[in-house]
Amino acid sequence: MQDALRLYRAYAAASIRGQLQYRASIVMAAIGTFVATAAESVAVWALFDRFGQIHGWTLPQAALLYGMISVSYAVCDVLGRGFDAFGAMVKAGDFDRVLLRPRSTVLQLIGQDLVLRRLGRLIQGLIVLGYAVTVGTIDWTIARAALLIGAIGCGVCAFLGLLVLQATSAFWTVDSLEVWNAFTYGGLMMGRYPMPIYRRWFRTVFTYVFPLACVNYLPAVAILGIGAPAITGWLAPLAGPVFLVVSLQLWRIGVRHYRSTGS
Amino acid sequence: MPQIVVEQLVKTYQVAERTPGLWGAVRGVVRRRHRTVRALDGVSFAIERGELVGYIGPNGAGKSTTVKALSGILVPDGGRCEVAGRVPWLQRVAHVAEIGVVFGQRTQLWWDLPVIESFELLRDIYRVPPARYARSRDRMIGLLDLAPLLDVPVRQLSLGQRMRCDLAAALLHAPAILFLDEPTIGLDAVSKLAVRDFIKQLNRDEGVTVILTTHDLDDIEALCTRVMVIAHGKILSDGALEELRARVTRERWLTVDLVDPGVAIDDPEAAEIRRDGHRVCLAFDPQVVAPAELIRRITSRHAVRDLFVENPPIETIVARLYAAHGAAGDTGAGAP
Amino acid sequence: MTGGALRPYRAIISARFRMLLQYRAAAIAGLWTQLVFGLALIMIYQALYRSSPAAVQPMAFAQLASYVWLGQALLAMLPWNVDAEVRDMVRSGAIAYELARPVDLYGLWYARAVAQRTAPTVLRAAPMVVFAGFVLPLLGAADWQLAPPPSLAAGAGFVAALAAALALSCAISVLVNISLMWTLGSDGVVVLFTTTVALLSGLMIPLPLFPGWAQGALGWLPFAGVFDLPFRIYAGHLAAGDLAIVLARQLGWTVALIALGRWLLGRGMRRVVVQGG
Repeated sequence: MQDALRLYRAYAAASIRGQLQYRASIVMAAIGTFVATAAESVAVWALFDRFGQIHGWTLPQAALLYGMISVSYAVCDVLGRGFDAFGAMVKAGDFDRVLLRPRSTVLQLIGQDLVLRRLGRLIQGLIVLGYAVTVGTIDWTIARAALLIGAIGCGVCAFLGLLVLQATSAFWTVDSLEVWNAFTYGGLMMGRYPMPIYRRWFRTVFTYVFPLACVNYLPAVAILGIGAPAITGWLAPLAGPVFLVVSLQLWRIGVRHYRSTGS
Repeated sequence: MPQIVVEQLVKTYQVAERTPGLWGAVRGVVRRRHRTVRALDGVSFAIERGELVGYIGPNGAGKSTTVKALSGILVPDGGRCEVAGRVPWLQRVAHVAEIGVVFGQRTQLWWDLPVIESFELLRDIYRVPPARYARSRDRMIGLLDLAPLLDVPVRQLSLGQRMRCDLAAALLHAPAILFLDEPTIGLDAVSKLAVRDFIKQLNRDEGVTVILTTHDLDDIEALCTRVMVIAHGKILSDGALEELRARVTRERWLTVDLVDPGVAIDDPEAAEIRRDGHRVCLAFDPQVVAPAELIRRITSRHAVRDLFVENPPIETIVARLYAAHGAAGDTGAGAP
Repeated sequence: MTGGALRPYRAIISARFRMLLQYRAAAIAGLWTQLVFGLALIMIYQALYRSSPAAVQPMAFAQLASYVWLGQALLAMLPWNVDAEVRDMVRSGAIAYELARPVDLYGLWYARAVAQRTAPTVLRAAPMVVFAGFVLPLLGAADWQLAPPPSLAAGAGFVAALAAALALSCAISVLVNISLMWTLGSDGVVVLFTTTVALLSGLMIPLPLFPGWAQGALGWLPFAGVFDLPFRIYAGHLAAGDLAIVLARQLGWTVALIALGRWLLGRGMRRVVVQGG
């Protein structure tokens, strides 16, 4: 494990060094991403400006949901490029090189790139989260703060799991990877609002199949102290890492399939 | 005990078929047809430690499939294979730690990083102990003259420079076996010679087993004592280069430079295959007419300025071999 | 124009259709994603409507639902992606070869934009309309459906406005492609542009839902003419009689942007030639 971490550090350092050569372009791209994500916040703000609340949730409360899911997704976005761009890698035949190296495929793909220009989304998410944490009337305790951070981390696991599934599907079909956007971007969009507004079958899928609600809505409810206190909000985020572990198992099946059918 | 043993290797693929035209594309939305391709059809051979083997064949013959199986990437459908005592695809990590692979058209180096940083990353990936790495690295730098390139990002290197760096990169962990896939493709003449010299030296001095897959038959002629020819998933020929030549044809070529172009050369035992201004190329069978006798006959009847006798180029040999076994299409000779 | 003059343009459009049809899996995947997005958006808006007084609701929910579905169905019509061919040509310098073509360059690029906008739109819109217009009511979700226009006039007006929207969208598209000669398609600039279009056309959030004080300005921007205005005609939020104003705004911008585009293209080509590609 330590060995793997050491290699990951080397990968990350190499990736950053490589990108720093294009400093100006990266800063521009990061600003662009920031503006793009800010525009989405503007849209959400406009809705609350007009309607005041949704399902009883006010803007600062919704901002907690928005901030949590944005930060989770943004961190995954920065880390997960190897899996995100896997479709192109398989198509170009570059996965063979990964198999020719005496390391786990997962480690190599996770280490592939640390995408600095996507930090724009992370910063924007942190700003929204900051707004929710300061302006919102949250009864802060150490436990709640830990839950917030833990839930965000589990959210990163959940989105990474999704990326791994997306990459795994590339072993069978390179052209229809867009299906997963319904879960990544769809999840990102839907996670900004309280789960109960969605129909039952949506909620079921986004709780038990892709555990969006577990890493976002349920812990947010616990943090905000909405409704009767329940253990669910505190334990639910663990569904995120579980989802990631399951995805990695499916990835191994995918690699096995690739190795027996060739490219 | 051979280092590499391959016995009756079998591999089939399913390939989707596309019908051309707009209407075909619409139909393709509804239903796709598939065709079975036998990439490997009972391939068998054995390679001893330290051999330098050439592996040639037309496109789609099964070369890259064989190499993929030998390097552990691909799991064949049938047959047996052992490399240095291991089955490659069953022990992928242990196996690939002891082989090096270079693809001529793709680099394994990191595009934006200076060459030396790519080397260091590979050292970490292959877990090479620092002292051993320093030795390998310095030897490669010396042999391939890489010192001026070490701080240059890979994207700024010329093709020849990149190939030299890729060769070094593949050998940093001191593998016992090296697979080379089109290593000289697209290189200028000087770089080609440098690469060939390096491979020869590596094989001779270090005893690294080298398997060279290529369309460039000059590479084969310069480097390999042993050549395997594959077509349609079957090994057509496996042995020394001279044997291959002799198997396909006894033919020899006599090329003469005539004083007067446009003069017809009529000899019952020589066939004209090419004419280019003053230069005429004739094919003959040395067992039917001795070379000296044919030369005497031609020069007595025509004014000849210069002449030479040679074996047919290996392209012709290989093309005839493919044709004899019904492998139609390109030999890849001269392909970019 | 004779058939011969139209031939290069027809060929471009046909080639694009063929290319898209090959990627049937990609098409179905994209369709699926948009269906999920559309349904999610409608559920969000319905929740917002449910817990709010009618005074803040700028249009009936049924109209809003139609607006959302039209946006998803006609997504490919938005001028928000850069022609990758042009970007690569500019980067590699091959743009100089465009000068050698024996056709009007702006016209060629405009035809390319038309191909890029229409082909995927037609392929994507048809199944979406079927789903949102017919399948949803069958599944008992009639309140979410893409309702038919309230009158024949509205329907006819929509068709006219949509045609003008296409012309406008292509004009914007070509202008963006032309600007590549200066910006070289750097990621930041492209993302900024994509965001602007998505936000101000009514895709990200229907324009009527923006605060009241912003409505005036939003209506005058060219982007409103690509989505928002035609959609409002369809839904009946703008009376059929307002069609003239809508068309005027759309076509006004179209003409202005075409003129700007032609002029910029000329300057851009001279610049490329001077630089030697």
